[in-house]
Amino acid sequence: MTDQSALFEYLLRLGDNTLVLGHRVSEWCGHAPVLEEDIALANTALDLIGQTQMWLGLAGEVEGSGRSADDLAMHRDVWDFRNLLLVEQPNGDFGQTLMRQCLFDAFHLELLTDLTRASDDRIAAIAAKALKEVTYHLDRSSETVIGLGDGTEESHRRMQTALDLLWPYVGEMFTPDAVDLAMHAAGIAPDLTALRTRFDTRIDAILTEATLTKPDSTYAQSGGKTGFRHSEHLGHMLTQMQWLQRAYPGATW
Amino acid sequence: MTPDLPTIWDWLDQVPDPEIPVISVVDLGIVRDVAWQGDTLEVAVTPTYSGCPATSVIAMDIETALYDRGIRNVRIKTQIAPPWTTDWLSDKGRAKLADYGIAPPSPAGGPDACPRCGGTHLTRISQFGSTPCKAHWRCDDCLEPFDYFKCI
Repeated sequence: MTDQSALFEYLLRLGDNTLVLGHRVSEWCGHAPVLEEDIALANTALDLIGQTQMWLGLAGEVEGSGRSADDLAMHRDVWDFRNLLLVEQPNGDFGQTLMRQCLFDAFHLELLTDLTRASDDRIAAIAAKALKEVTYHLDRSSETVIGLGDGTEESHRRMQTALDLLWPYVGEMFTPDAVDLAMHAAGIAPDLTALRTRFDTRIDAILTEATLTKPDSTYAQSGGKTGFRHSEHLGHMLTQMQWLQRAYPGATW
Repeated sequence: MTPDLPTIWDWLDQVPDPEIPVISVVDLGIVRDVAWQGDTLEVAVTPTYSGCPATSVIAMDIETALYDRGIRNVRIKTQIAPPWTTDWLSDKGRAKLADYGIAPPSPAGGPDACPRCGGTHLTRISQFGSTPCKAHWRCDDCLEPFDYFKCI
């Protein structure tokens, strides 16, 4: 794998994570339990889609075949997506959505912190921009996880169920493959083992305060960021997200 | 005759933010640089939030305002580094926000006082508000809700 193709793959991972999670979160628009939460979710989705434009924009530039961020978002099918399995999981109830968000935000924040020091200035600049937004995302998702975990019997039960359901998708974020290693060697991506330690410290503190029990298992699903095997949910999501470009290819405003 | 840069900054200071029209795009601190490149005026603009939908409207408003003043060749350059911070809001802009009913950003992480009654007993309702740059608060003195311009 050449450095340029590893860089392209890596940028797709960054952009596909924010795109898929941004779309998932936007599915709540108009459906959240209270208005304030509806607005908070829509704003989070908006930040993530904005970050996607920058990551996929850069990916297209690096690829050099003239594909724009929109082309990459709307004209690829499941097997070309490079997002983590965690972010494509369905919203479930509000608690499950916020648990997914919190697990991703804690990873995202640590990742972006390291990417601000990337040897590639373009990546460092996008990371610095996104980091400010993601700091805010984690503030909110962790507070909500704590509030609901340490809430009523019902909310506690739902949060524990969500954690048990989503925990097998955590490991993929920290399991390095050839792309991660090539990018680490190039001074761009962080060492994922060290990142895991910081993530664990953060998540352990949140879960303890939320009175939730971290599952006693290291089993990790994989296949999202390599594109080898996405869960069945991503294809269904793309039929919604891409339907207009599928029905009317190349349509513009 | 080519207008000088202070004149252009002054014109830009008359372009309102589309979401919060009481302040200008210059007050907001998003115009980072203005420079002539030959006969083209290059304006560097930084987005407030990555996904802020006002960004493209702002670019269009700037081009239109300059076109109306006779500048035919304008290039809007998006500049994301260093990232926008609320520290770049002008003092004039902060005062105008407060007058308009939006509490200006404060390093304390929350509003200093209710923009309506000046009360200091305040409760955060939501970390997010009507636009990406605002949060939703309530004054427990006058019981009115208000927007707070998030500090980032």
